[in-house]
Amino acid sequence: MAVDQIVLGVQALPRPAVTERRATRIALTIIALLFLAVFLVLPLMIVFLQAFANGVGAYLGALQEPDSVAAIRLTLLVAVIAVPLNLIFGVAAAWAVAKFEFKGKAFLITLIDLPFSVSPVISGLVYVLLFGSQSLLGPWLTAHGIQILFAVPGIVLATIFVTFPFVARELIPLMEDQGAADEEAALSLGASGWQTFMRVTLPNIKWGLLYGVLLCNARAMGEFGAVSVVSGHIRGLTNTMPLQVEILYNEYNFAGAFAVASLLALLALVTLIVKTLLEFRYRDAISGSTGH
Amino acid sequence: MDLSIRNIRKEFDRFAALDDVSLDIRSGELIALLGPSGSGKTTLLRLIAGLDHPTGGQIFFGGEDASLKTVQERNIGFVFQSYALFRHMNVLDNIGFGLSVRRGAKRIAKAEIEDRAKELLDLVQLSGLERRYPHQLSGGQRQRVALARAMAIEPSVLLLDEPFGALDAKVRRDLRSWLREIHDATGHTTVFVTHDQDEALELADRVVVMNEGRIEQIGTADEVYDTPNSPFVFGFIGESSSLPVRIEAGQLWFEDRPIGVPVGDAPEGKALLYFRPQEVRLLDGCGGCIAGTVAASRRVAGTRRLELEVGGHRERVEIEVPAGHPAAARSRIAFRPEKWRLFNARGEAAPSGKVAYAA
Repeated sequence: MAVDQIVLGVQALPRPAVTERRATRIALTIIALLFLAVFLVLPLMIVFLQAFANGVGAYLGALQEPDSVAAIRLTLLVAVIAVPLNLIFGVAAAWAVAKFEFKGKAFLITLIDLPFSVSPVISGLVYVLLFGSQSLLGPWLTAHGIQILFAVPGIVLATIFVTFPFVARELIPLMEDQGAADEEAALSLGASGWQTFMRVTLPNIKWGLLYGVLLCNARAMGEFGAVSVVSGHIRGLTNTMPLQVEILYNEYNFAGAFAVASLLALLALVTLIVKTLLEFRYRDAISGSTGH
Repeated sequence: MDLSIRNIRKEFDRFAALDDVSLDIRSGELIALLGPSGSGKTTLLRLIAGLDHPTGGQIFFGGEDASLKTVQERNIGFVFQSYALFRHMNVLDNIGFGLSVRRGAKRIAKAEIEDRAKELLDLVQLSGLERRYPHQLSGGQRQRVALARAMAIEPSVLLLDEPFGALDAKVRRDLRSWLREIHDATGHTTVFVTHDQDEALELADRVVVMNEGRIEQIGTADEVYDTPNSPFVFGFIGESSSLPVRIEAGQLWFEDRPIGVPVGDAPEGKALLYFRPQEVRLLDGCGGCIAGTVAASRRVAGTRRLELEVGGHRERVEIEVPAGHPAAARSRIAFRPEKWRLFNARGEAAPSGKVAYAA
C-alpha cells in the first residue's frame, strides 16, 4: 500500500512550468559561460598576462615612465572635475524630469540620451568645430589667450559630454518610480525645500546615485574616442591613459601598453567589485529604497 | 480650527477638476469627502493642504486667508494613501521629522523630540517598534506611523487621503474605529477622502458627497442616506433601483397601471422613482403594485437579493427578501416601495415619502 501511495504521489506531481529538458538547460548554460569566457574573461586575463610578461620589475618600470605618470595624473584630474559636475547636472536633470511636468520634457529626455547615441568621435569633433581656430569662437579665444582644444579644458569638456547620461539615466526611472509623495510629506511637515532635498530626496536616491557615479567615473577614465579628437596627443601633457595605451602600443612597446591598460582594467574590476559589495552589504537598504 | 472653502475652482489644462466648491468645516469636526474616482475629492484635499493651488476662490483657516500661504506655513498634517514614510528613517525618526526640521526660535531639543515621538507611538499603539524601518512594518502599522507623524506637528487640521485605501478589509474596519477613537481623544479638525461609503457613513460627523467636481450634498450619515437630494447621491450611497414613472391624478403610474403610491398634489408629468432594495413590501395580490419576473437571485449574508424584470422594457430592479422567505421560490413577484423618492427629469427633488400601511 505504501508503494501504491508513492507511485500515486509521483503521478500526481504537476508538470513543471519550465518544459525544457535538463540537457537543453545545461547546454544553454555552457554556451553562455563559454561565450563569457572567450569574449570577456580571456581578454581581461591577457591584459594582465601581457603586462607582467617581462616580470614585475618591468611592469613597475613601465608605470613609472614619466609620460605614463603624466597620463595617469591627467586621467585622474579629468575624472575629478568631470564626475562631480556630472553628478550635479545629473541630479538636477533627473529631478526636473521626474518631479515636474513641463513643456519639452520628452525633448529633454531625448537630449540626455544624445551622448549615448552619438559616436564619441563626433562628440569630440563638435568641440573642435566649436572651439577650433577656424571656428566661430576660435578668434575670440585666441585673442584672450584661452586654450581649450589640445589642452585640459577640451578634454574635460569632451569627457563631460560623453559621460553626462550615466547619473541622470540611473536616477530618472528611480525618481519617477518613487514619485513626489515623500517630498510632499516632508514639505507638509514644515521642512524647507533644501531640508527636503537633503533629508528625504538624497537618501532615497543615494544608491542609484552611487551606481551612476561609479559608472560615470569608469567611463570618464576610460573614454577614448572623444578625448582622442580634442587632445592633440601631446605626450606628457594631453595624453590620458587610454591615449597613452594606444601610443605605446603603436610603438610596439607592448609591456608598457599593457601595464597602463592593466590599470584601466583594474579600475573596471574595482568598480564592479565595489558595486557588488555595496549591493551585498546594503541589500536591505537598497530594497527599501526601491519600494516597500 | 474652522475651515472655510469659498467658491474654489481648479483647472488642469482647461479641464475643471473642481467647479465652484464651497464648504464650511467646524473646528473639531470629522469630515468625509466621498465620491467616485475623478470626482475631485483628492484635488480638494490637496488644495486645502496647499500642495496644489486653486485657479480661483479662497480657503480660510480660522478666518485667515490661507490661499497664498505655502504648505509649510499652513501647519497641516497630511496622510498619504501610499503612506509616504521616509524609508531610510526608523519609526521614531519618521514621527519626529516634522519637529526636527524646525529652526531658529522654534528649534526643539533632540531628547524632547524623541519623548514626543514616543508619546505619539504610544497613542497609535505601536510602542516597541521605535527602531523598525518602514519596510519591516505591515500596511496597517505603516499607516499608523504616518498618522502619528502627521499629528506630531500639532497640525491645525488633519488631512487624510484615502487613508485605508491600500489595506485589506479586516484591517480597514479595525483602523476605522480606531481612527474615530483617536479623533475623539485629540479633537483635531479632520478631513478625509474616501470612495468607500461605509467608511464615510460610519466614521464621519458629516459626509460631503462629490461628483464631477461639484458637491452634491453635505450632511450627516442619516441625512445623505435617508434624504438624498439628487439621483446621484441616491444611486451612489447605499443600493438603489430606479424606474421611470408618471405622476397622474395624485398617483404614481408605472407604464399602464398605478403602483399604489399616492403622491398628493405633486405636479403631473414624468419622473424617476428611486427606492432601496430593503425598503419594499411584498404583496400577495396586485391592487396597485410593481410586478416583475425573477431574473436572478443572490444570497447576500442574512438576506436574499432578487433581481426583477419589470414592465415592457424589462427594466431591472432589485429587492431584498428574508433569506428563507417563500417569495424567493416564486417566478413572479409583486411589490411596492415603502420609502421612495422622486426626481424630475432635471434631477431636482420632487416629493418623497412613505407609504402608510394599515396595520
